[in-house]
Amino acid sequence: MPDIDLAAAPYFGWDVLRDLQELFRYTFMQHAFEAGTIVAISAGVIGYFVVLRGLSFAAHGLSHIGFAGATGAVLLGASALAGLLVFTMSAGAVMGALGQRLRGRDVTIGLVMAWSLGLGLLFTYLYQGAANLAIGILFGQIFGITSQDVAVTLVAGIVTVLLVLAVYRPLLFATLDEEVAEAKGVPVRGLSIAFMVILAVAVSEAVQVVGVLLIFALIVAPAAIAERFTTRPSRGVLVSAILAVLFTWAGLTVAYYIPYPVGFFITTIAFTSYILARVVSDVIARRAAGRPFAWREEQLRHSP
Amino acid sequence: MTPPPPAGPVIVADNLAAAYGSRLIWQNASFSVDAGEFIAVLGPNGSGKSTLLRLVLGLIPPAAGSLQVLGRRPHRGNAEVGYVPQRRNIDPDLPVRGRDFVHLGIDGNRWGIAVGDTASHHQRVDQAIASVEALTYADRPIGRLSGGEQQRLLLAQALAGRPQMLLLDEPLASLDLRNQIIIAELVADLARANRLTVLLIAHDINPLLPIVDRVLYVAHGGVAIGKPADVITTEQLSRLYDSPVEVLHDRHGHMFVVGLEAESAHHDA
Repeated sequence: MPDIDLAAAPYFGWDVLRDLQELFRYTFMQHAFEAGTIVAISAGVIGYFVVLRGLSFAAHGLSHIGFAGATGAVLLGASALAGLLVFTMSAGAVMGALGQRLRGRDVTIGLVMAWSLGLGLLFTYLYQGAANLAIGILFGQIFGITSQDVAVTLVAGIVTVLLVLAVYRPLLFATLDEEVAEAKGVPVRGLSIAFMVILAVAVSEAVQVVGVLLIFALIVAPAAIAERFTTRPSRGVLVSAILAVLFTWAGLTVAYYIPYPVGFFITTIAFTSYILARVVSDVIARRAAGRPFAWREEQLRHSP
Repeated sequence: MTPPPPAGPVIVADNLAAAYGSRLIWQNASFSVDAGEFIAVLGPNGSGKSTLLRLVLGLIPPAAGSLQVLGRRPHRGNAEVGYVPQRRNIDPDLPVRGRDFVHLGIDGNRWGIAVGDTASHHQRVDQAIASVEALTYADRPIGRLSGGEQQRLLLAQALAGRPQMLLLDEPLASLDLRNQIIIAELVADLARANRLTVLLIAHDINPLLPIVDRVLYVAHGGVAIGKPADVITTEQLSRLYDSPVEVLHDRHGHMFVVGLEAESAHHDA
């Protein structure tokens, strides 16, 4: 067995065990995988509801507002994470309070997004030597994560996932059937606000890993793919989380061997997977349409 | 087990008034509905039929007067009241089975994820779906079903909660005449089998004539209740609308209200 030379190119081959050893040789890679996995799980779980509620664009607006918050906080001498949390959570609460009225407000959301980016630009200009800061917030610095960062990410990840599970049934009810849910005593408006605040925490938590912009690859793509292939909400949530983790792992692995940014790989994998999923699900749908009673056959197969 | 419905009135309205914000919609409504009655709620668009259901559900407070539902003041989250709101369109790409919609009728208002009593819930879901004869398509995405199929599953959702009262807001809208009659008869059968009180909002009384006990007419700021033959008359409706309205009968006993076109156009505006 040849010695592994630090100066040599990293090993990559059919020996899976050795591949894994190579991948986890450095602490920065371990931390990247740990934080990446946590962020992916919470993004996948929350993403299912983001897509189901038709909030992809509104949620994307949150991340831009977070950028202004993070850069503004740094300018004032506070931590970027604190600024992110304050800005995204307040904006999320406002969006949540608007509830269904948020749909179709793309002009307002688009303008707030652009203005937030402008604000962020001003803050980074005022803060000396801030180009790296801005890039870090927008696109993440996954290979610069400390074990303390991993701990913070873990706490935020556990909190967001537990909160989504705690409101799972009423949130699903309010999402699918708002009027009946309201009549059944579900606090529709409160849930709408709570959900956007949870989303805000998830977006902020992702800042170190993929950044506030690219997190939407992990929030939207896995959920959108899951919703094309399963009609059961519980499975949808699960599949979405698994896909998000797989995209992250794949992106990190490729980036270890090819010296381009991780964010590029993760978003590219997410995007091509979505395109592929669309094509495949359309083919399946067209085949099913050719046999109008395909669903019935499937049902008979599943019945006892 | 749900207790048998209390004998006597299940809805008692006394001098009730409904307002939407600060706008008074109707007032001076005094009526009662007995347990097990099938009531068709009729009236022009915008006259406040849905508002009546929202009052019974406790979603809005009475603007004046008093309202008792099943012996209590109406309150949100009342498991004894099943509700099917007026439907616009369900997104055909909604990735959720009809069965999941029905399931929400049992535990959709509980916190957390389902643990424990899932088997008994699945059984109840199956029962509810079977009772509306929707088993063959309950596992398909609900948005891909026909209007009548969707209506059955939404009805099953309301039934899964084991209510004593059903409030249905235009369940026959956007159905063809044949399906209107089928769904109306299905509701009537279910109501009889489960001893349910039904308030059903409709535009056309004719598919409902064989099954309704009484009609509640909401129009022109007021409410009138009684047997179809007593309420849907030229004299009664003219008085309710405060304008000349004529009720015609064909030889099958169908009723046609004429002269309302201007009235409903006015309310729509």
